[in-house]
Amino acid sequence: MTLALKLGLARGALELKTFVREREAVVFSFGLPIVLLLIFGTIFEGEVGDTGVDFRQYFAAGIIAGGIMSTTFISLGISIANERDDGTLKRLYGTPMPRASYFIGKTVSALVLSVAETAVLFAVGGALLGLEPPATPQRWFTFGWVFVLGVAACTLLGIAVSSVPRSGRSAAAVLNLPYLVLQFISGVFFVFGDLPSGVQQVGALFPLKWMCQGLRSALLPDVLLAAEPARSWEHGRIALVLAAWCIGGLVLCLTTFRWKRRHER
Amino acid sequence: MTDTAVRVRGLRKRYGDVDAVKGVDLDIRRGEVFALLGPNGAGKSTTVEILEGHRQRTAGEVSVLGADPAKAGRGWRARIGIVPQTSNEDPQLTVREMVRHFAAYYPRPRDPDEVIEAVGLAEQATRRVGRLSGGQRRRVDVALGIIGRPELLFLDEPTTGFDPDARRRFWDLIQGLAGDGTTILLTTHYLDEAEALADRVGVIAAGRVVAVDTPGRLGGRATASARVSWRGPEGPQRIDTDSPTQVVAELSQRFGGEVPELTVTRPSLEDVYLSMIGATK
Repeated sequence: MTLALKLGLARGALELKTFVREREAVVFSFGLPIVLLLIFGTIFEGEVGDTGVDFRQYFAAGIIAGGIMSTTFISLGISIANERDDGTLKRLYGTPMPRASYFIGKTVSALVLSVAETAVLFAVGGALLGLEPPATPQRWFTFGWVFVLGVAACTLLGIAVSSVPRSGRSAAAVLNLPYLVLQFISGVFFVFGDLPSGVQQVGALFPLKWMCQGLRSALLPDVLLAAEPARSWEHGRIALVLAAWCIGGLVLCLTTFRWKRRHER
Repeated sequence: MTDTAVRVRGLRKRYGDVDAVKGVDLDIRRGEVFALLGPNGAGKSTTVEILEGHRQRTAGEVSVLGADPAKAGRGWRARIGIVPQTSNEDPQLTVREMVRHFAAYYPRPRDPDEVIEAVGLAEQATRRVGRLSGGQRRRVDVALGIIGRPELLFLDEPTTGFDPDARRRFWDLIQGLAGDGTTILLTTHYLDEAEALADRVGVIAAGRVVAVDTPGRLGGRATASARVSWRGPEGPQRIDTDSPTQVVAELSQRFGGEVPELTVTRPSLEDVYLSMIGATK
């Protein structure tokens, strides 16, 4: 196990090195949530309901959750689909590398990128939109566990979903549709409580809604509860739903992950 | 047992209702360079991928380095090296980063810099793989294939797209590995490559091995009738004969010395190969 971990960390470092050298990936995938934050941060105005909370801060919390999903679910789903298609996975399968090392490497790089993305969004949101870091240690704790569970769930789902696109070329298109839809129905672009109740119910099935809600509870004042449909932050339920998605994602990974292209058996 | 690197009996592979491999038998000795020839779709790649542990077989016995590739684990993979048909290194990593990283997967790897030197990429060691030429990338593939000090190396169409000079240098590299005792299973479409590198050649056609022999003897080449051709007073002439020496001696007498445009040829490996795979169609 120690060898698997050691090689997994080495793979994570290598993945990060590759990512940083791929300038397009840095600018476009890593930069997208930041650009969205800047654009909508300057367009949107007003308050959430009559809570007195600036909508731009509500939106910033959502964009952080969306950013986590982008550096985990989207990045991993696309990169693994590509690596399966171009034979990288097959080559690794043919070496004595412990299989776990590949997943450890992916998780490490996704985690580091998520932390970096979140840090940049905090900096930009703080400078331009008045977004403040968690105010108390207790809120930091909330932020921490929501972040970790969110990263874990989206990482596992990203690995699982990589088997869905038929080829590496179609991966970005296949993954971006659910990502975009979820951002609309999970309380990223719109206040969740303002959405029609049917849409709310669909949104509540997926992890992004719960990540947004958890981050709001850590970053925004409790007066906002008046605008939350449940009138509560529902921490227990957030933990439960995200943990359930982690388990579901893990089961999907273990049962459906393929090292080879579809027709190679 | 210890003499045999690969032993295959009655190997079959079925895709849907198509038999891609229909009962292949194969023995490859340790230290041997064995070339597997065959047209596209003959079952060559499928056979090799089953030996590499990449595909499951439908039926038959397979032993590679004493283990069943379908069940073998990490210890077995550490003893084989695979150079796949297509390159897929990360274009953003340098040659040295790539080779060093793969070295870490193996229990007793070769020295990465020595391997880079051996494949002729010492000058490109710090260059990113994405900026190398096709032939140079192929040599990175070989470097990754041999970094673990494999006892058995699979080379799948290694020189496709090489210029003649690069191919010669590549052959030198492979001959060096073979000289060190590495068993090599080579698949190729180039018959001159098989002739230059292989101790023995197997021809696979329509899912079966139709012949196995040394390149010089395949298909009765060594004893096939020779063709003697020359230019006589009435134009180009030729005779197919089992005693070419005698024919040449008679010609020499008739012309009183030099015979104009004299050649003596036997069927090339390509002639033999084409007639073999033609017969199965």
